[in-house]
Amino acid sequence: MKTSVRPRIVTRDLPVIAKSPTGIDGLDEVTFGGLPQGRPTLLCGAAGCGKTLFAMTFLYNGAVAFNEPGVFIAFEEQPEDLIKNVGSLSYDIERLIEQNKIVVDHIHLDRNEIEEAGDYDLDGLFIRIGFAIDSIGAKRVVIDTIETLFGGLDNQAVLRSELRRLFEWLKSKGVTAIITGERGDGTLTRYGLEEYVADCVILLDNRVHDQLSTRRLRVVKYRGTAHGTNEYPFIIDQEGITVMPITSSGLAHDAWTERVSTGITDLDDMLEGQGYYKGSSILVSGMAGSGKSTVSAHFANSICQAGQRCIYFALEESPQQIVRNMRSVGLDLQQWVDRGLLRFSARRPNLYGLETHLASMHREVKEFDPAAVVVDPISALMGAGVAGDVHSMTLRLIDFLKSRGVTALFTNLGAGSAETATTEMQISSLTDTWLLLYNRETNGEHNRQLYLLKSRGMAHSNQVREFLMSAGGISLREVYVGPDGVLTGSARLAQEAKDRADRLLRTQEVERRTREIVRRRREIAAQIETLQAQLASEEGEMELLNLEGSAREDQRAADRIALAQSRASRRAASSSSKLMTSGK
Amino acid sequence: MTAAPMEQDGYNLRLYVAGQTPKSLAALANLKKLCETHLPGRYTIEVIDLMKDPALAQRDQIVAIPTLIRQLPEPLKRIIGDLSNAEKVLVGLDIAPS
Repeated sequence: MKTSVRPRIVTRDLPVIAKSPTGIDGLDEVTFGGLPQGRPTLLCGAAGCGKTLFAMTFLYNGAVAFNEPGVFIAFEEQPEDLIKNVGSLSYDIERLIEQNKIVVDHIHLDRNEIEEAGDYDLDGLFIRIGFAIDSIGAKRVVIDTIETLFGGLDNQAVLRSELRRLFEWLKSKGVTAIITGERGDGTLTRYGLEEYVADCVILLDNRVHDQLSTRRLRVVKYRGTAHGTNEYPFIIDQEGITVMPITSSGLAHDAWTERVSTGITDLDDMLEGQGYYKGSSILVSGMAGSGKSTVSAHFANSICQAGQRCIYFALEESPQQIVRNMRSVGLDLQQWVDRGLLRFSARRPNLYGLETHLASMHREVKEFDPAAVVVDPISALMGAGVAGDVHSMTLRLIDFLKSRGVTALFTNLGAGSAETATTEMQISSLTDTWLLLYNRETNGEHNRQLYLLKSRGMAHSNQVREFLMSAGGISLREVYVGPDGVLTGSARLAQEAKDRADRLLRTQEVERRTREIVRRRREIAAQIETLQAQLASEEGEMELLNLEGSAREDQRAADRIALAQSRASRRAASSSSKLMTSGK
Repeated sequence: MTAAPMEQDGYNLRLYVAGQTPKSLAALANLKKLCETHLPGRYTIEVIDLMKDPALAQRDQIVAIPTLIRQLPEPLKRIIGDLSNAEKVLVGLDIAPS
């Protein structure tokens, strides 16, 4: 985190304020490097905001990570209590005290014990702080909470002038200091400390909305340097303090061309046969029982199958329950948990505020470094914040995951009908791929359907598919689209049966027609044969007639010749030519 | 800086100062005058210069300078300031004005 500071300020050859890193995740990004070095910073907030922990973290990190010993001047807590309290953050202050890296000095002031008789100053305090600083060569000082002085001493005029002198003196000592102050009514601090500490003011806040509290931090003022001006949520847990400067991330994340399988072969097919883009964000929305978790679990399963890590943020079901339920569709998620590839992170949505949820997600993602993240369902966080907040925080989360190349799958429980599948958080526009799961009622049964509403940057299928879950997992079937509309479930089966029957009828009809034609052909062929035979016999007759005719003619000719010859024999040979003519 | 030997009901007083500042000097002078008036022969005054021994500031919980601490008799009492207000000092030390 510390390295990913992307300064927006142009680096020129101008005197730049030296900064002292706090080592607090996020805060150094917001302040572009840390607190002003060698100057006091005012840290104010109402009681219970985490001022003391913040300040102690600053010292602890200084001593441990930056080799800058520190002094803690405690007005409110006994050193033993203080050490115990921060022990909950796994800060071993006692060891650092032994190593002369931290000095804790408790300043006890009790008005009842003190009588004021005449003019005084706070040289004693100066000497104590100075002594503590010199004893370990401290570079960092925390004064928590100096306003206690106002409760312990009467002379306000003296106190004010002494405080001014104190801050000037701290500056001259060259220590980076944090002065904590209680928030006042309408002012940053009850006693107007902001008048004296002018370099950097950080405000902590712990707001409660709908019974859920969220800690927030804002850099009110940072003289001489750019700084993030928004309110940033932060969390305090056993790992320390994390500030989420998520709005600082621009829209400059890398676009990946690698693809990630959805874990469902049929769904991959709908996405060019390859699945989602790596680092993209996927929204799976649908009503209760439409199979969102199952789609998520398949995705997580395929990530783990590829040997990559995945975090499953379960906001509604316990991990055990998810593992059990997914067995029913043939997924063994437990094996991935055992191998350390899958991490379930289950928490009740109303455990804490939205920002805290997302901050802790941040932390877990940074820690586990997964390839994919599932948030099931993100709509559960709706109750943890106001709608606008949910939107901006989801945006931050998506940005954050994208910048890390983490593929993120969010499920969203839609309350309304599938047709008006508007996600309450309007996060749909933030996501790259949007799967809609319907649960349509037709003919007394509910059938699941899946539709890829959008998938940026790829030619995805535009088909509604019927979504079937079985012990073998999820399969997607093409829905029946016919003259009666889109049919699913038993209606589809019935329609298909009807189609089959129709088809059978049609084949039979064709066969019948074919047979008919064959028969007709045969008939016609027979007729042709008969006619031909008739013709042949007629022709034969004709032949006969012809033969008879010619035979007769021959006979006649022969007869004539014979007659002529007989005449010739009777007459003289000289008149034979006349005979020829008359014989004609 | 023992001004008189300790007695049974003697006052054991410590004055914390930081160098020879006008306030410190005034406080010491005021204290001596007061003790001589009200506690003749029954007091000891120890002046501690925190400039020379800064560690004592933490040990004895000193914030304001000058600070007068009544070690004895018990209980421990603290008075801060240059002790110019004699009445308050007497109240602070539980000495009835005579």
